[in-house]
Amino acid sequence: MNTLRSPEQLKELRAALQRKLDDRRTTQALILIGMGTCGIAAGASEVAEAMRRALAERKLNAEVIGVGCIGMCVKEPLVDIQLPGRPRVTYANVNVDMVPRLVEEHLVNGQVIQKLALAQMLAEGIEPEQGLATYQDLPFYRKQLRIAMRNCGMIDPESIEEYIAADGYQGLAKALTSMEPDEVIEEMKDSGLRGRGGAGFMTGVKWEFCRRARGTPKYVICNADEGDPGAFMDRSILEGDPHSVLEGMIIAGYAIGAQEGYIYCRAEYPLAIERLKKAIRQAHEYGLLGEKILGTDFTFDLHVKEGAGAFVCGEETALIASIEGKRGEPRPRPPFPAVSGLWGKPSNVNNVKSYSLTPQIILNGADWFSKVGTEKSTGTAVFALTGKIKNTGLIEVPMGITLREIIYDVGGGIPKKKKFKAVQTGGPLGGCLPESALDTPVDFDSLTQAGATMGSGGMIVVDQDTCMVEFARYFLTFASAESCGKCVPCRIGGQRLLEVLSRIASGQGRMEDLDEIEYISTNMQQASLCALGQLTPGPVMASLRFFREEYEAHVRDHFCQAGVCKGMFQYEIDEVKCPGCGLCLKACTSNAISGEKKQPHVINQVKCIQCGACYDVCNLGAIHISPRVVPLAEVEATPE
Amino acid sequence: MPDAALDLAPLDSILDEFRGQKGAVIPILQRTQETYGYLPAEALAAISKKAGIPLSRLYGVATFYAQFRLTRRGRHLIKVCDGTACHVRGATKIVEGIEDALNVPPGGSDPDYKYSLEIVYCLGSCGLAPIAVVDEKVYGQTNAENLIERLKELD
Repeated sequence: MNTLRSPEQLKELRAALQRKLDDRRTTQALILIGMGTCGIAAGASEVAEAMRRALAERKLNAEVIGVGCIGMCVKEPLVDIQLPGRPRVTYANVNVDMVPRLVEEHLVNGQVIQKLALAQMLAEGIEPEQGLATYQDLPFYRKQLRIAMRNCGMIDPESIEEYIAADGYQGLAKALTSMEPDEVIEEMKDSGLRGRGGAGFMTGVKWEFCRRARGTPKYVICNADEGDPGAFMDRSILEGDPHSVLEGMIIAGYAIGAQEGYIYCRAEYPLAIERLKKAIRQAHEYGLLGEKILGTDFTFDLHVKEGAGAFVCGEETALIASIEGKRGEPRPRPPFPAVSGLWGKPSNVNNVKSYSLTPQIILNGADWFSKVGTEKSTGTAVFALTGKIKNTGLIEVPMGITLREIIYDVGGGIPKKKKFKAVQTGGPLGGCLPESALDTPVDFDSLTQAGATMGSGGMIVVDQDTCMVEFARYFLTFASAESCGKCVPCRIGGQRLLEVLSRIASGQGRMEDLDEIEYISTNMQQASLCALGQLTPGPVMASLRFFREEYEAHVRDHFCQAGVCKGMFQYEIDEVKCPGCGLCLKACTSNAISGEKKQPHVINQVKCIQCGACYDVCNLGAIHISPRVVPLAEVEATPE
Repeated sequence: MPDAALDLAPLDSILDEFRGQKGAVIPILQRTQETYGYLPAEALAAISKKAGIPLSRLYGVATFYAQFRLTRRGRHLIKVCDGTACHVRGATKIVEGIEDALNVPPGGSDPDYKYSLEIVYCLGSCGLAPIAVVDEKVYGQTNAENLIERLKELD
């Protein structure tokens, strides 16, 4: 058995593993392929398979290793090639057809294919490739700082050995052998770490409450029920570096005096669940979980609980009910879980990112962590950057960076020369901010003050083509459908709010509806039982606050300037700009466009169904959106 | 209608696996659904009896979570888009065609439970209208004839 009986043995193992990995690096070519869910969906499995076949055919001394997600979702599948003694070179958007060329030119001939390569990773003592950008040169990475995701994309997540070689479990060893539980809690408090699930409560203080609470046993719980549409930070960490979460939870267990923990992961993340279970087995083999961890008197074990599809289970009391095998309905707090949680016992619930940051804080110290970020929001923030943005992906940035820097520098701005309109943080329970708020620093307090929330890390950017009424309605549809129904303000309020918004979005709105929105929202915020109901009106309130004129245009003029709400706009072709190229005519699904070649085309408003196909294909901006002249009712009754 | 042929034997091993564990209702239901493809009423009644869990509690949990289904679904799920663009491009013909050729009513399954058919509204791919999604595969600019042929090829 490999059981480690002391921190010294762990250090020896680390040294041995590092030597082994160094040896591998200097003697063997490595092909690292991003195998997160996103990579696999983009075709990484097929690419890996083709690569393995090619290596076998050519009898090459090279190994294909699956790694986690490095964050550049838009460039998946990502294939990195690292020749012995040479830097790691990344190729983006690799498909099966490119594999023979990569093998022939790079692996066999040692020639970096400059045309296809994206960047190289610099490493100590290794000569960089000439004429190839480094990761630090890429705008996407320049402003990033990776702590929670430091290993994602760097190590094989299914290998505990690679994690140990990357200083894994050293934080745990330090805590167990040189720190009292209270000292661990003090360190966490000093670090200023605030809960990354969204509420931003001080993690160390939470741990202290649980430690001081009466009652045994105590439980450590990881909230991995990431349910926001457009958010995948936690999934990437669980898939790309599951041991970091385990290590953080074990440290938390030591600090609060728990012997058992649960990871509550949504069932929609099968790969994350598989990797967590594997990681737990490996940790047991090395004696990092189970009895007498690292030879100390500390005993701790972890279980994975699969969710069954209920967004509300992201709320901590609902999550606890679900672990207990009940309907995932929240209950009033206090008592907080720290006092009375799982099976009525003191329980500590933190988000995936909070736990994955913990080992680094313990290992490097509170000062090291609190130097990053702002005074009241220390460390880094992880965001899933999506929507109308060039560099869709997963990023980790120091707190205090501005929204503008994230969107324009890291994210690369808005594609297709469109105009930025709003950025939504906090997902369906967050809020949106307009262009005037782009210089807001990203931290818990500034975002809340500006009218949005930090949330768990979803960041959706929208451009001129998004209707803010419809955008709010989309989130509201989601949140109200996920209301558990236990309390009236959330159950009924969400429905009423949705009715009002649907009325506005279909041209039936009244001016009083805008006041109605505020009235219902305020009631929901004040009277709902849990955060789901309290935050459901957030996106509506924020968009009404910042984009009121758009709501008014819907109500007063029956006009949707973004060209989204059906029947409330029409597409028109600008005679002057239209060169008669015929692209729009070909794209039209309903034969509504006519015109001779090289002559301006026209749209038949009776036939047009406003699908937007013509608007999307016109590269010259010759098609514009204007208030509707022919009422849609005359054309046909549209289904909802 | 009770399914006379329902074999309840697998439940014993599922219940054995979780015997004595606290909070096992959800995993028991998950394993039951894995076994039967849905949660048959007879199976829920049997679990209630064997494990001593009130049937109301099982139904309470089963109807709370989106993952659980109380009716049987075919092996292949067909979603046909009937949003505006697909509608004018002949989505109705596709639905009728599938219904006639494969004996699957919209919102239901065929007698052999090979297919289930759902009508959905706008999958956001109007440029490819009409579209259908079978299991996870997207078929754009399709028609009844073509789609039925593909569907027949499935196991």
